[in-house]
Amino acid sequence: MSARSTVVLRHVNVDLALHQLRAGEGRALLLLHGLGERTPDEVPRHLAAWPGPVWGLDLTGHGASTSSAGGGYTAEVLMADADHALAHLGEATVLGRGLGAYVALLIAGARPRSVVGAILTDGPGLAGGGPSPHSPSALRPVRSSDGDAPTTPDPYALAELSQDVRPADYATAFVRQAQQFSGLETPIAVAGVVRPPWLSAVADEHGVASVTLPEALRLFADATPTPAP
Amino acid sequence: MVLPAAAPPSLAPTRGDAAAPSYPGARRPDRHRTIDADGVQLAVWEWGDEAAPPVLFAHGGFDFAGTFDLLAPLVADAGWRVVSWDQRGHGDSSHAHLYSWEADLRDALAVLDATGARSLPVVGHSKGGALMLQLADAQPHRVSHLVNLDGLPSARSWPDVPEHHRTKLLNGELAGWLDHRRKATTKVRRPGTIAELAERRGRMNPRLDPAWLRYVVPIGAFQEDDGWRWKIDPAMRPGGFGPWRPEWSMARLPSLGMPVLCVLGLELEVMGWGTLPEDVHPNLPPGARFVPLDGVGHFMHVEKPAVVADLIVGFLS
Repeated sequence: MSARSTVVLRHVNVDLALHQLRAGEGRALLLLHGLGERTPDEVPRHLAAWPGPVWGLDLTGHGASTSSAGGGYTAEVLMADADHALAHLGEATVLGRGLGAYVALLIAGARPRSVVGAILTDGPGLAGGGPSPHSPSALRPVRSSDGDAPTTPDPYALAELSQDVRPADYATAFVRQAQQFSGLETPIAVAGVVRPPWLSAVADEHGVASVTLPEALRLFADATPTPAP
Repeated sequence: MVLPAAAPPSLAPTRGDAAAPSYPGARRPDRHRTIDADGVQLAVWEWGDEAAPPVLFAHGGFDFAGTFDLLAPLVADAGWRVVSWDQRGHGDSSHAHLYSWEADLRDALAVLDATGARSLPVVGHSKGGALMLQLADAQPHRVSHLVNLDGLPSARSWPDVPEHHRTKLLNGELAGWLDHRRKATTKVRRPGTIAELAERRGRMNPRLDPAWLRYVVPIGAFQEDDGWRWKIDPAMRPGGFGPWRPEWSMARLPSLGMPVLCVLGLELEVMGWGTLPEDVHPNLPPGARFVPLDGVGHFMHVEKPAVVADLIVGFLS
């Protein structure tokens, strides 16, 4: 039995499931799963040291969230999913796996005052479609015709979000946003092993720490942003 | 679970319909049907004899198939069956859950499949031109000829601003887009009279005849008690940011093996890409035809429909 409770957030035509895995005082840790995954039922043991509440968001087309008819998935719209979770939580430290790590970087740059640190870790969908355009394809993913089959993860999400182009200088533009506007000296922590080109470029930026996961959790648990100018 | 997409708004009139608006030379499509593209309902429009060889027309961003009401009849009268569609979120097609380039490309293929043709000529304006470039690159066996009407994005489209200034610009753009997404769940378009909607559209289309802009309102908008509203999905927002670079589209041009005609309007304007002939020339594939039009803007098919129709019909014959 899961002890988690779930809030449903409406994002245009999609219902997003935001799960509370653990209640508590202080700043929330928001988990963003990898491509094809869903929010875990419980706080993973390696994240238990986080002092505050722990939440997890099922991204569009994943877990208990609804899917998009005819696809159209982009990392940017998933960033807006994360923004809807921030609207509910106020502010949060965001920890992403794989695809969720890329989304965590984007939202850290786009909402630098609401994201108090982003932790980027290994997970499915980390590389996306690589740093530059590939030969185009126009294939339709196959949806299961079995009425009892789970409808998430949406095959369109799996197809499109494993092919989206992630240029290094696009990723670093978001680091610079976080660096300039977050009020944190180190707004991004890279706590994974694998380094696709976008993440390798991110790790080399000013304001990014390459640390272990326990170090990253401590770094942001103790972080206090300087007030906005 | 997939929640239902918003229902398409009220349907625009076809030819001969009493509600069809009028403008010199404009003709509503002869036929309309709706096709299902992976759960998204697309409004498909056709001009000309059903038995004639088909040619596919793709409209630009924030337009709809009805903006071909001047060009399409001229091509149809020259012996072609012109097939166009309202892209997802535009005109009489569904407001989709999500929008992306890849989704538009699959939608185009669904329309192409529904024409019954294995391979056919394609004509695209602006965003539709860039989309057809990608279709021709991805599925060359489906495209016999490619006509591109001011749809060649180039690196020139990026403003040349210093890095620190760009960081500031991006900051505002990102927050603005996310704020828009937060509000878009309940957003509806602002109502107005036909003249008001035409005037608003005219700000982005300053070279077009105000009477033409008034003509397209009853096609691209729907009427309720408090006035007319554009049908386009209010969740869509022009401009924006993303990893895509305009020059990536242009980079598809040199690879094309089918006959290619590129037409460029030399009057630069706000909805255009700012591409110049010297940006296009090095990228033309062998044998491609390039026609720059002096004194013509981005909406060349509205400004000079007869000139553009002659170019297309001559190229295809």
